[in-house]
Amino acid sequence: MATLKDVQTKIGAVKKTKQITKAMNMVAASKLRGAQANMDGFRPYAAKFNEVLGSLAEKAGEDASPLLRPREEVKKVHVVLCTSDRGLCGGFNASLILRAQLFLKEKLDQGIEVSFTNFGKKGRDWCRKTNAPIINQHLGIVGGVFGFNVASTSGRNLIDGFLDETYDEVYIINSEFVSMAKQFPVLKKIIPVPPIEHEETETPDETKPFLAEHLCEPSPDELLGDLLPRNIYVQLYSALLETSTSEHAARMTAMDNATKACDDMVENLTLAYNKARQAAITAELMDIVGGAEALKG
Amino acid sequence: MAGKIRLEVVTPEGGIVNVDTDIVMAPGSLGEFGVLQGHTPFLTTLKIGTIRYKGDGGSEECVFVSGGFAEALPDKVTVLAESAERTCDIDVGRAREALERAKKRLAGQGEPDTDFIRAKAAMDRAMYRLNLLETGR
Repeated sequence: MATLKDVQTKIGAVKKTKQITKAMNMVAASKLRGAQANMDGFRPYAAKFNEVLGSLAEKAGEDASPLLRPREEVKKVHVVLCTSDRGLCGGFNASLILRAQLFLKEKLDQGIEVSFTNFGKKGRDWCRKTNAPIINQHLGIVGGVFGFNVASTSGRNLIDGFLDETYDEVYIINSEFVSMAKQFPVLKKIIPVPPIEHEETETPDETKPFLAEHLCEPSPDELLGDLLPRNIYVQLYSALLETSTSEHAARMTAMDNATKACDDMVENLTLAYNKARQAAITAELMDIVGGAEALKG
Repeated sequence: MAGKIRLEVVTPEGGIVNVDTDIVMAPGSLGEFGVLQGHTPFLTTLKIGTIRYKGDGGSEECVFVSGGFAEALPDKVTVLAESAERTCDIDVGRAREALERAKKRLAGQGEPDTDFIRAKAAMDRAMYRLNLLETGR
Protein backbone atom coordinates (compact mmCIF):
# COMPACT_ATOMS: atom_id res chain seq x y z
CA MET A 1 0.00 0.00 0.00
CA ALA A 2 1.46 3.28 -1.10
CA THR A 3 1.72 5.92 1.57
CA LEU A 4 -0.17 9.16 1.25
CA LYS A 5 2.95 11.13 0.50
CA ASP A 6 3.95 8.78 -2.35
CA VAL A 7 0.60 9.07 -4.06
CA GLN A 8 0.63 12.81 -3.73
CA THR A 9 4.06 13.10 -5.33
CA LYS A 10 2.97 10.83 -8.12
CA ILE A 11 -0.13 12.92 -8.81
CA GLY A 12 2.00 16.04 -8.97
CA ALA A 13 4.37 14.39 -11.41
CA VAL A 14 1.60 13.21 -13.72
CA LYS A 15 0.01 16.64 -13.68
CA LYS A 16 3.30 18.20 -14.75
CA THR A 17 3.66 15.68 -17.54
CA LYS A 18 0.20 16.58 -18.64
CA GLN A 19 1.13 20.23 -18.82
CA ILE A 20 4.00 19.38 -21.11
CA THR A 21 2.02 17.10 -23.40
CA LYS A 22 -0.73 19.65 -23.62
CA ALA A 23 1.71 22.40 -24.55
CA MET A 24 3.28 20.15 -27.17
CA ASN A 25 -0.13 19.42 -28.54
CA MET A 26 -0.86 23.08 -28.94
CA VAL A 27 2.51 23.83 -30.49
CA ALA A 28 1.99 21.00 -32.97
CA ALA A 29 -1.47 22.30 -33.76
CA SER A 30 -0.20 25.75 -34.61
CA LYS A 31 2.69 24.37 -36.65
CA LEU A 32 0.27 22.12 -38.43
CA ARG A 33 -1.72 25.11 -39.52
CA GLY A 34 1.40 26.65 -41.00
CA ALA A 35 2.33 23.43 -42.77
CA GLN A 36 -1.14 23.05 -44.17
CA ALA A 37 -1.07 26.61 -45.43
CA ASN A 38 2.19 25.83 -47.22
CA MET A 39 0.61 22.78 -48.79
CA ASP A 40 -2.37 24.80 -49.92
CA GLY A 41 -0.08 27.42 -51.40
CA PHE A 42 1.80 24.79 -53.32
CA ARG A 43 -1.22 22.98 -54.72
CA PRO A 44 -2.04 25.38 -57.59
CA TYR A 45 1.56 25.29 -58.74
CA ALA A 46 1.70 21.50 -58.66
CA ALA A 47 -1.64 21.16 -60.41
CA LYS A 48 -0.70 23.49 -63.22
CA PHE A 49 2.71 21.91 -63.50
CA ASN A 50 1.30 18.42 -63.90
CA GLU A 51 -1.20 19.62 -66.44
CA VAL A 52 1.50 21.18 -68.59
CA LEU A 53 3.82 18.24 -68.15
CA GLY A 54 1.08 15.82 -69.09
CA SER A 55 0.24 17.62 -72.29
CA LEU A 56 3.91 17.97 -73.18
CA ALA A 57 4.66 14.34 -72.56
CA GLU A 58 2.07 13.44 -75.14
CA LYS A 59 3.85 15.46 -77.75
CA ALA A 60 7.48 14.87 -76.97
CA GLY A 61 9.38 11.78 -77.99
CA GLU A 62 10.52 9.22 -75.49
CA ASP A 63 14.13 10.13 -75.96
CA ALA A 64 13.59 13.71 -75.01
CA SER A 65 15.59 13.38 -71.84
CA PRO A 66 17.94 10.85 -70.30
CA LEU A 67 15.82 11.12 -67.17
CA LEU A 68 13.07 9.21 -68.96
CA ARG A 69 15.19 6.27 -69.95
CA PRO A 70 15.21 3.33 -67.55
CA ARG A 71 18.54 1.58 -67.13
CA GLU A 72 18.66 -1.96 -68.40
CA GLU A 73 20.56 -3.27 -65.45
CA VAL A 74 19.84 -1.82 -62.07
CA LYS A 75 22.71 -2.36 -59.67
CA LYS A 76 22.56 0.62 -57.40
CA VAL A 77 19.49 2.37 -56.12
CA HIS A 78 19.18 5.45 -54.04
CA VAL A 79 16.48 6.20 -51.52
CA VAL A 80 15.41 9.57 -50.23
CA LEU A 81 14.04 8.88 -46.79
CA CYS A 82 11.94 11.61 -45.24
CA THR A 83 11.42 11.37 -41.50
CA SER A 84 11.12 13.89 -38.73
CA ASP A 85 13.95 15.28 -36.64
CA ARG A 86 12.23 14.80 -33.35
CA GLY A 87 10.35 12.04 -31.66
CA LEU A 88 7.23 12.03 -29.52
CA CYS A 89 4.97 11.71 -32.50
CA GLY A 90 3.58 8.22 -32.07
CA GLY A 91 4.37 5.61 -34.68
CA PHE A 92 5.14 8.21 -37.33
CA ASN A 93 8.86 7.60 -37.76
CA ALA A 94 8.61 3.92 -36.94
CA SER A 95 6.25 3.30 -39.84
CA LEU A 96 8.41 5.24 -42.28
CA ILE A 97 11.49 3.40 -41.16
CA LEU A 98 9.72 0.07 -41.37
CA ARG A 99 8.88 0.84 -44.99
CA ALA A 100 12.52 1.67 -45.66
CA GLN A 101 13.61 -1.49 -43.91
CA LEU A 102 11.40 -3.68 -46.07
CA PHE A 103 12.61 -1.95 -49.19
CA LEU A 104 16.24 -2.24 -48.15
CA LYS A 105 15.88 -5.94 -47.47
CA GLU A 106 14.11 -6.58 -50.74
CA LYS A 107 16.82 -4.83 -52.75
CA LEU A 108 19.70 -6.36 -50.84
CA ASP A 109 18.25 -9.81 -51.44
CA GLN A 110 18.33 -9.07 -55.14
CA GLY A 111 21.99 -8.09 -54.83
CA ILE A 112 21.32 -4.41 -55.38
CA GLU A 113 23.24 -1.79 -53.49
CA VAL A 114 21.18 0.80 -51.66
CA SER A 115 22.30 4.22 -50.54
CA PHE A 116 20.36 6.92 -48.76
CA THR A 117 19.69 10.61 -48.66
CA ASN A 118 18.13 11.50 -45.35
CA PHE A 119 15.77 14.26 -44.55
CA GLY A 120 15.32 14.17 -40.81
CA LYS A 121 17.37 12.88 -37.93
CA LYS A 122 15.36 9.78 -37.11
CA GLY A 123 15.91 8.23 -40.52
CA ARG A 124 19.56 9.15 -40.44
CA ASP A 125 20.05 7.54 -37.05
CA TRP A 126 18.44 4.40 -38.37
CA CYS A 127 20.73 4.38 -41.41
CA ARG A 128 23.73 4.75 -39.16
CA LYS A 129 22.60 1.89 -37.01
CA THR A 130 22.09 -0.45 -39.95
CA ASN A 131 25.30 0.75 -41.59
CA ALA A 132 23.51 1.79 -44.74
CA PRO A 133 25.59 4.26 -46.74
CA ILE A 134 24.36 7.83 -46.32
CA ILE A 135 25.21 10.06 -49.25
CA ASN A 136 23.52 13.18 -48.05
CA GLN A 137 21.70 14.32 -44.97
CA HIS A 138 19.55 17.33 -44.35
CA LEU A 139 18.52 18.04 -40.80
CA GLY A 140 16.26 20.76 -39.50
CA ILE A 141 14.11 20.84 -42.61
CA VAL A 142 11.18 18.54 -42.10
CA GLY A 143 8.81 20.11 -39.61
CA GLY A 144 10.38 23.51 -39.96
CA VAL A 145 10.11 26.32 -42.44
CA PHE A 146 11.76 25.64 -45.76
CA GLY A 147 11.59 26.98 -49.27
CA PHE A 148 11.52 25.43 -52.69
CA ASN A 149 15.27 25.91 -53.02
CA VAL A 150 15.82 23.08 -50.53
CA ALA A 151 14.07 20.72 -52.90
CA SER A 152 15.79 22.05 -55.99
CA THR A 153 19.26 21.89 -54.47
CA SER A 154 18.84 18.38 -53.27
CA GLY A 155 16.95 17.38 -56.41
CA ARG A 156 19.85 18.57 -58.50
CA ASN A 157 22.20 16.34 -56.53
CA LEU A 158 19.92 13.38 -57.17
CA ILE A 159 19.80 14.09 -60.89
CA ASP A 160 23.57 14.53 -61.07
CA GLY A 161 23.99 11.23 -59.26
CA PHE A 162 21.71 9.52 -61.72
CA LEU A 163 23.34 11.04 -64.78
CA ASP A 164 26.88 10.17 -63.73
CA GLU A 165 25.66 6.65 -62.93
CA THR A 166 26.33 6.78 -59.22
CA TYR A 167 22.94 5.12 -59.02
CA ASP A 168 20.48 3.70 -61.51
CA GLU A 169 17.20 4.44 -59.81
CA VAL A 170 16.02 6.89 -57.22
CA TYR A 171 13.11 6.29 -54.88
CA ILE A 172 11.54 8.45 -52.28
CA ILE A 173 9.89 7.35 -49.07
CA ASN A 174 7.70 9.91 -47.41
CA SER A 175 4.58 10.16 -45.39
CA GLU A 176 1.38 11.02 -47.14
CA PHE A 177 -1.01 13.28 -45.32
CA VAL A 178 -4.54 12.00 -45.77
CA SER A 179 -6.28 13.50 -42.79
CA MET A 180 -5.60 14.53 -39.24
CA ALA A 181 -5.99 10.96 -38.08
CA LYS A 182 -4.43 9.22 -41.05
CA GLN A 183 -0.94 9.44 -42.45
CA PHE A 184 0.83 6.55 -44.06
CA PRO A 185 4.21 5.96 -45.66
CA VAL A 186 4.46 5.81 -49.44
CA LEU A 187 7.27 4.73 -51.71
CA LYS A 188 7.64 6.27 -55.15
CA LYS A 189 10.15 5.97 -57.94
CA ILE A 190 11.18 9.42 -59.07
CA ILE A 191 14.12 8.77 -61.40
CA PRO A 192 13.95 7.54 -64.11
CA VAL A 193 10.72 9.41 -64.47
CA PRO A 194 8.01 6.80 -64.96
CA PRO A 195 6.00 7.21 -68.15
CA ILE A 196 3.82 10.21 -67.58
CA GLU A 197 0.23 9.30 -67.98
CA HIS A 198 -2.10 11.99 -68.88
CA GLU A 199 -4.26 12.47 -65.86
CA GLU A 200 -7.76 11.27 -66.12
CA THR A 201 -9.19 14.64 -66.71
CA GLU A 202 -12.14 15.55 -64.65
CA THR A 203 -12.64 18.65 -66.69
CA PRO A 204 -14.54 18.14 -69.90
CA ASP A 205 -12.51 17.33 -72.95
CA GLU A 206 -13.12 20.69 -74.58
CA THR A 207 -9.90 22.03 -73.15
CA LYS A 208 -7.83 19.21 -74.50
CA PRO A 209 -7.61 20.15 -78.17
CA PHE A 210 -6.32 23.50 -77.04
CA LEU A 211 -3.48 21.96 -75.15
CA ALA A 212 -2.62 19.75 -78.07
CA GLU A 213 -2.20 22.76 -80.32
CA HIS A 214 0.27 24.61 -78.15
CA LEU A 215 3.09 26.34 -79.88
CA CYS A 216 6.25 25.46 -78.06
CA GLU A 217 9.37 27.45 -77.72
CA PRO A 218 11.93 25.88 -77.80
CA SER A 219 10.82 22.52 -79.23
CA PRO A 220 8.59 20.18 -77.17
CA ASP A 221 11.54 17.87 -76.59
CA GLU A 222 13.70 20.63 -75.24
CA LEU A 223 10.88 21.98 -73.15
CA LEU A 224 10.31 18.57 -71.67
CA GLY A 225 14.01 18.23 -71.02
CA ASP A 226 13.83 21.47 -69.10
CA LEU A 227 10.68 20.60 -67.22
CA LEU A 228 11.61 17.10 -66.10
CA PRO A 229 14.25 18.16 -63.58
CA ARG A 230 11.75 20.65 -62.22
CA ASN A 231 9.24 17.86 -62.01
CA ILE A 232 11.62 16.04 -59.71
CA TYR A 233 12.01 19.13 -57.52
CA VAL A 234 8.26 19.50 -57.43
CA GLN A 235 7.83 15.92 -56.29
CA LEU A 236 10.54 16.28 -53.69
CA TYR A 237 9.10 19.51 -52.38
CA SER A 238 5.65 18.05 -52.17
CA ALA A 239 7.04 14.99 -50.38
CA LEU A 240 8.73 17.24 -47.83
CA LEU A 241 5.61 19.31 -47.31
CA GLU A 242 3.50 16.21 -46.86
CA THR A 243 5.96 14.72 -44.41
CA SER A 244 6.10 17.93 -42.38
CA THR A 245 2.36 18.18 -42.22
CA SER A 246 2.05 14.52 -41.30
CA GLU A 247 4.64 14.91 -38.57
CA HIS A 248 2.72 17.70 -36.91
CA ALA A 249 -0.56 15.88 -37.27
CA ALA A 250 0.94 12.71 -35.84
CA ARG A 251 2.46 14.61 -32.94
CA MET A 252 -0.79 16.36 -32.26
CA THR A 253 -2.67 13.08 -32.10
CA ALA A 254 0.01 11.43 -29.99
CA MET A 255 0.11 14.31 -27.54
CA ASP A 256 -3.64 14.44 -27.38
CA ASN A 257 -3.68 10.77 -26.42
CA ALA A 258 -0.94 11.35 -23.88
CA THR A 259 -2.91 14.18 -22.31
CA LYS A 260 -5.95 11.96 -22.05
CA ALA A 261 -3.87 9.18 -20.53
CA CYS A 262 -2.60 11.67 -17.96
CA ASP A 263 -6.16 12.60 -17.08
CA ASP A 264 -7.02 8.95 -16.53
CA MET A 265 -3.98 8.43 -14.37
CA VAL A 266 -4.70 11.45 -12.23
CA GLU A 267 -8.20 10.17 -11.73
CA ASN A 268 -7.04 6.72 -10.66
CA LEU A 269 -4.35 8.12 -8.43
CA THR A 270 -6.76 10.53 -6.77
CA LEU A 271 -9.01 7.59 -6.04
CA ALA A 272 -6.10 5.69 -4.53
CA TYR A 273 -5.11 8.77 -2.57
CA ASN A 274 -8.58 9.22 -1.14
CA LYS A 275 -8.80 5.57 -0.22
CA ALA A 276 -5.47 5.74 1.54
CA ARG A 277 -6.51 8.88 3.35
CA GLN A 278 -9.77 7.29 4.41
CA ALA A 279 -7.95 4.20 5.63
CA ALA A 280 -5.61 6.36 7.69
CA ILE A 281 -8.47 8.23 9.28
CA THR A 282 -10.32 5.03 10.06
CA ALA A 283 -7.21 3.55 11.63
CA GLU A 284 -6.73 6.65 13.76
CA LEU A 285 -10.34 6.65 14.89
CA MET A 286 -10.06 2.99 15.83
CA ASP A 287 -7.01 3.85 17.92
CA ILE A 288 -8.80 6.66 19.71
CA VAL A 289 -11.93 4.65 20.29
CA GLY A 290 -9.84 1.69 21.46
CA GLY A 291 -7.89 3.95 23.85
CA ALA A 292 -11.07 5.51 25.27
CA GLU A 293 -12.62 2.06 25.82
CA ALA A 294 -9.48 0.90 27.62
CA LEU A 295 -9.51 3.95 29.93
CA LYS A 296 -13.16 3.37 30.81
CA GLY A 297 -12.05 -0.14 31.65
CA MET B 1 -8.62 47.69 -78.37
CA ALA B 2 -8.40 44.10 -77.32
CA GLY B 3 -10.14 42.92 -74.16
CA LYS B 4 -8.57 41.98 -70.91
CA ILE B 5 -6.33 39.03 -70.36
CA ARG B 6 -5.81 37.33 -67.03
CA LEU B 7 -2.29 37.07 -65.66
CA GLU B 8 -1.46 34.55 -63.00
CA VAL B 9 1.98 34.21 -61.47
CA VAL B 10 2.32 31.11 -59.32
CA THR B 11 5.29 29.93 -57.27
CA PRO B 12 5.63 26.88 -55.04
CA GLU B 13 5.09 29.18 -52.06
CA GLY B 14 1.80 30.46 -53.40
CA GLY B 15 0.29 32.82 -55.93
CA ILE B 16 1.94 36.20 -56.36
CA VAL B 17 -0.21 37.93 -58.93
CA ASN B 18 -3.70 37.31 -60.20
CA VAL B 19 -5.03 40.23 -62.21
CA ASP B 20 -6.83 41.16 -65.38
CA THR B 21 -4.74 43.36 -67.59
CA ASP B 22 -4.40 44.63 -71.13
CA ILE B 23 -0.99 43.32 -71.98
CA VAL B 24 1.64 41.04 -70.51
CA MET B 25 5.32 41.12 -71.42
CA ALA B 26 7.47 38.18 -70.38
CA PRO B 27 11.13 37.19 -70.82
CA GLY B 28 11.01 33.98 -72.86
CA SER B 29 14.20 32.01 -73.09
CA LEU B 30 14.33 32.69 -76.84
CA GLY B 31 13.41 36.31 -76.49
CA GLU B 32 10.97 38.64 -74.82
CA PHE B 33 7.37 38.31 -75.91
CA GLY B 34 4.12 40.14 -75.36
CA VAL B 35 0.70 38.61 -75.01
CA LEU B 36 -2.62 40.24 -75.77
CA GLN B 37 -6.03 38.70 -75.54
CA GLY B 38 -6.61 36.03 -78.16
CA HIS B 39 -3.05 34.78 -78.26
CA THR B 40 -2.43 31.35 -79.80
CA PRO B 41 -1.84 28.70 -77.13
CA PHE B 42 1.84 28.96 -76.43
CA LEU B 43 4.26 27.35 -74.05
CA THR B 44 7.77 28.53 -73.34
CA THR B 45 10.51 28.49 -70.77
CA LEU B 46 11.49 31.76 -69.14
CA LYS B 47 14.84 33.16 -68.26
CA ILE B 48 15.65 35.44 -65.35
CA GLY B 49 13.87 38.68 -65.91
CA THR B 50 10.78 40.73 -65.34
CA ILE B 51 7.20 40.17 -66.25
CA ARG B 52 5.55 43.47 -67.03
CA TYR B 53 1.90 44.21 -67.20
CA LYS B 54 -0.35 47.21 -67.11
CA GLY B 55 -1.85 47.86 -63.70
CA ASP B 56 -5.26 49.31 -62.99
CA GLY B 57 -4.24 52.94 -63.28
CA GLY B 58 -2.41 52.34 -66.54
CA SER B 59 0.89 52.28 -64.70
CA GLU B 60 3.40 49.58 -65.53
CA GLU B 61 3.83 46.90 -62.87
CA CYS B 62 6.86 44.65 -62.70
CA VAL B 63 7.31 41.17 -61.26
CA PHE B 64 10.72 39.60 -60.98
CA VAL B 65 10.95 35.92 -62.00
CA SER B 66 13.96 33.70 -61.58
CA GLY B 67 13.20 31.51 -64.57
CA GLY B 68 10.42 29.00 -64.95
CA PHE B 69 7.89 28.66 -67.69
CA ALA B 70 4.79 30.32 -69.02
CA GLU B 71 1.68 29.14 -70.71
CA ALA B 72 -0.36 31.55 -72.77
CA LEU B 73 -3.95 30.80 -73.65
CA PRO B 74 -6.32 33.11 -75.51
CA ASP B 75 -7.69 34.56 -72.30
CA LYS B 76 -5.08 33.72 -69.74
CA VAL B 77 -1.34 33.71 -69.09
CA THR B 78 -0.01 31.42 -66.41
CA VAL B 79 3.54 31.86 -65.22
CA LEU B 80 5.09 29.11 -63.13
CA ALA B 81 8.25 30.37 -61.52
CA GLU B 82 10.48 28.87 -58.85
CA SER B 83 10.53 32.25 -57.24
CA ALA B 84 8.90 35.53 -58.11
CA GLU B 85 8.49 38.85 -56.37
CA ARG B 86 6.80 42.11 -57.08
CA THR B 87 9.20 44.99 -57.21
CA CYS B 88 8.01 46.24 -53.84
CA ASP B 89 8.60 42.84 -52.22
CA ILE B 90 12.20 42.47 -53.24
CA ASP B 91 14.47 42.09 -50.24
CA VAL B 92 17.40 44.40 -50.93
CA GLY B 93 19.52 43.14 -48.08
CA ARG B 94 19.13 39.56 -49.14
CA ALA B 95 19.87 40.30 -52.77
CA ARG B 96 23.03 42.21 -51.78
CA GLU B 97 24.16 39.35 -49.60
CA ALA B 98 23.50 36.84 -52.36
CA LEU B 99 25.49 38.98 -54.76
CA GLU B 100 28.46 39.16 -52.38
CA ARG B 101 28.33 35.44 -51.81
CA ALA B 102 28.21 34.69 -55.50
CA LYS B 103 31.07 37.07 -56.22
CA LYS B 104 33.19 35.44 -53.57
CA ARG B 105 32.42 32.03 -54.96
CA LEU B 106 33.25 33.09 -58.49
CA ALA B 107 36.49 34.67 -57.32
CA GLY B 108 37.53 31.34 -55.85
CA GLN B 109 36.61 29.39 -58.93
CA GLY B 110 40.00 27.66 -59.02
CA GLU B 111 38.79 25.51 -56.15
CA PRO B 112 37.37 22.21 -57.30
CA ASP B 113 34.19 22.47 -55.22
CA THR B 114 32.96 25.64 -56.85
CA ASP B 115 29.89 25.12 -58.90
CA PHE B 116 30.57 27.79 -61.46
CA ILE B 117 27.25 27.62 -63.26
CA ARG B 118 25.20 27.84 -60.10
CA ALA B 119 27.23 30.68 -58.68
CA LYS B 120 26.86 32.55 -61.93
CA ALA B 121 23.11 31.97 -61.91
CA ALA B 122 22.89 33.18 -58.32
CA MET B 123 24.83 36.29 -59.25
CA ASP B 124 22.56 36.93 -62.22
CA ARG B 125 19.50 36.67 -60.07
CA ALA B 126 20.86 39.00 -57.41
CA MET B 127 22.04 41.56 -59.94
CA TYR B 128 18.76 41.47 -61.76
CA ARG B 129 16.82 42.05 -58.57
CA LEU B 130 18.96 45.01 -57.55
CA ASN B 131 18.88 46.44 -61.02
CA LEU B 132 15.12 46.20 -61.16
CA LEU B 133 14.83 48.01 -57.87
CA GLU B 134 17.08 50.85 -58.92
CA THR B 135 15.66 51.50 -62.33
CA GLY B 136 12.11 50.49 -61.57
CA ARG B 137 11.93 48.35 -64.69
